[in-house]
Amino acid sequence: MKSETIFNRTIYLSALTVVVLLIAIFLTLLLASMPSIKTFGAGFFIGKTWDTASQKFGALPFLAGTLLTSFIALFISIPFSISISLFLGEYFKGGPVSAFLRSSIEVLAGIPSVIYGLWGLFLLMPMMRFIEVKVGVPPHGVGIMTSSLILTIMIIPFSASIGREVITLVPSDLKEAAYSLGATRFEVIKNIIIPYARSGMIAGILLALGRAIGETMAVTMLIGNSNFLPTSIFSPANTMASVIANEFAEATGVTASSLIYIGIVLFLVTMLVNIVGTYIIKKVSLEASKEVT
Amino acid sequence: METSYLLHAEAGGGVSSPSPVIDSSDKVEIKKDFNSKNHVKARIIKDIFFKSTVILFAFLSLLPLIFILYYITKNGIAVINWEFLTQLPRPIGETGGGIFNAIMGTLMLIVLSSIFSIPFGISAGIYLSEKGEGKIAHIVRLCVVVLQGTPSIVIGIIVYIWVVAPFGGFSALSGGIALSIMMLPVIIKTTEETLKLMPYSLKEASLALGVPYYKTILKVILPTGLSGILTGILLSVARITGETAPLLFTAFGNQFMNYNILKPIDSLPYRIFYYAMSPYPEWHTFAWGASFILVVVVLGFNLIARGISIKWKVQF
Repeated sequence: MKSETIFNRTIYLSALTVVVLLIAIFLTLLLASMPSIKTFGAGFFIGKTWDTASQKFGALPFLAGTLLTSFIALFISIPFSISISLFLGEYFKGGPVSAFLRSSIEVLAGIPSVIYGLWGLFLLMPMMRFIEVKVGVPPHGVGIMTSSLILTIMIIPFSASIGREVITLVPSDLKEAAYSLGATRFEVIKNIIIPYARSGMIAGILLALGRAIGETMAVTMLIGNSNFLPTSIFSPANTMASVIANEFAEATGVTASSLIYIGIVLFLVTMLVNIVGTYIIKKVSLEASKEVT
Repeated sequence: METSYLLHAEAGGGVSSPSPVIDSSDKVEIKKDFNSKNHVKARIIKDIFFKSTVILFAFLSLLPLIFILYYITKNGIAVINWEFLTQLPRPIGETGGGIFNAIMGTLMLIVLSSIFSIPFGISAGIYLSEKGEGKIAHIVRLCVVVLQGTPSIVIGIIVYIWVVAPFGGFSALSGGIALSIMMLPVIIKTTEETLKLMPYSLKEASLALGVPYYKTILKVILPTGLSGILTGILLSVARITGETAPLLFTAFGNQFMNYNILKPIDSLPYRIFYYAMSPYPEWHTFAWGASFILVVVVLGFNLIARGISIKWKVQF
């Protein structure tokens, strides 16, 4: 009887630890960013200057950097990830080609972000510099566009694997009904699969966005570390995550507190994105399982 | 009067009953479609065009992977030799040297973070699979999702505040704690999913023999689901082996060999970052070599995890 209670209590406490951990993370971030929140308030997000010397901090450049990089990456990645999910979920459900593509995408997801950064630094950057010379902008090589491209590669596996899952959930009697009426495969995809799987695919894209927003290392290596508001999509900048990575180790006082202020925003935004994305996926798969039975 | 009303109703029913969804304009269009052969052809061409676009885009997204693996292999293998694996880094200007400290550091970090996260993760997973319907379980599940999505740099900040600042310096221990927070959600999720697949009859059989509940879980259910749990652990290890961001302000990096867990420690991803950002071409080649080792290790973990889940799959 006694061991029984100990066992039950142990598993209960470990589960509770996760909740406590998360609350503690939030409270710690809040507490540590308090000096900065008190000094700058909500104006923190529209302040354009980030200057350690004069202790004036505004996060607008980093907000802009994060939004630009992640949305450009999202935009470029959508045709690719939808193609992969259709390829794996509809056109080639089994067979060696599908298995090959699937494992390749898994490998792509498994490569550490620092290696993406290294690769981008030595391959993507010279390429970008070449393009920038052609376009006629200052050839930094590093910058928002370079980071967006590397982010695109990094988030494709995420939205693609979720997209594949929701596409396979589309009931086959719906598809068969359309085929029997003489629809071509494209028409089935356009009129049956995409509308049915839409919300799940959007959730996948949302989760990919969450990942893009929080991605640190590859972006830190490729964004150019500039604390000014970006003027074009080729200009060097900083994202919320990369400015923390670049400056937190040497920061003290209000500087550190301001960086943590950025950190808490990052935490809350990714939390929201993840909760909404997971909720949609859960709802979609629940509805699909209901329809099968 | 009455008959006309009836007629009207019939006529109305007659129009609407066979196809309530399609309105008249659609009907006209469909009729036209059947008459023109060109339209069918156009539809088929559209279909073929779309299919080839999908295939093209799907394979285009493999290009970066091929490029990445090609460059890492090409630039990495050239650097790797026995000295590279067993020597410490040398200051710039001296040739030779290796990344032994980074390899050992990464191993130490894996061990440290596993020690913290595996017991917690498995027992929280047991809770979710056994008492998964309650309100607390739902909250815990939500927290697992949030924790999994939390940016690694934020976890770096947290561990800096919790461990590095009070202990007065960067340490291997803090790095291990940061990585264990990242491992936790993966282990919890896979443990829960594995144990949920266990058939109820197995538990019932054990309980019917008079085995206490906790022994049923620990000695019957857990060993049966071992392969799934092991897969989860390996996947989480693969995830943290390549993590750099939480180590920037915790384990920090160290160009000397260090076995003391209260001192800064090196790791492969940190070394790659450090070498890649340096201005020296010689260090860049070292970064490629370290990348090759890191990719092999991470993909190796993934491969073993997959092998376990296929080969040791429990089937009922």
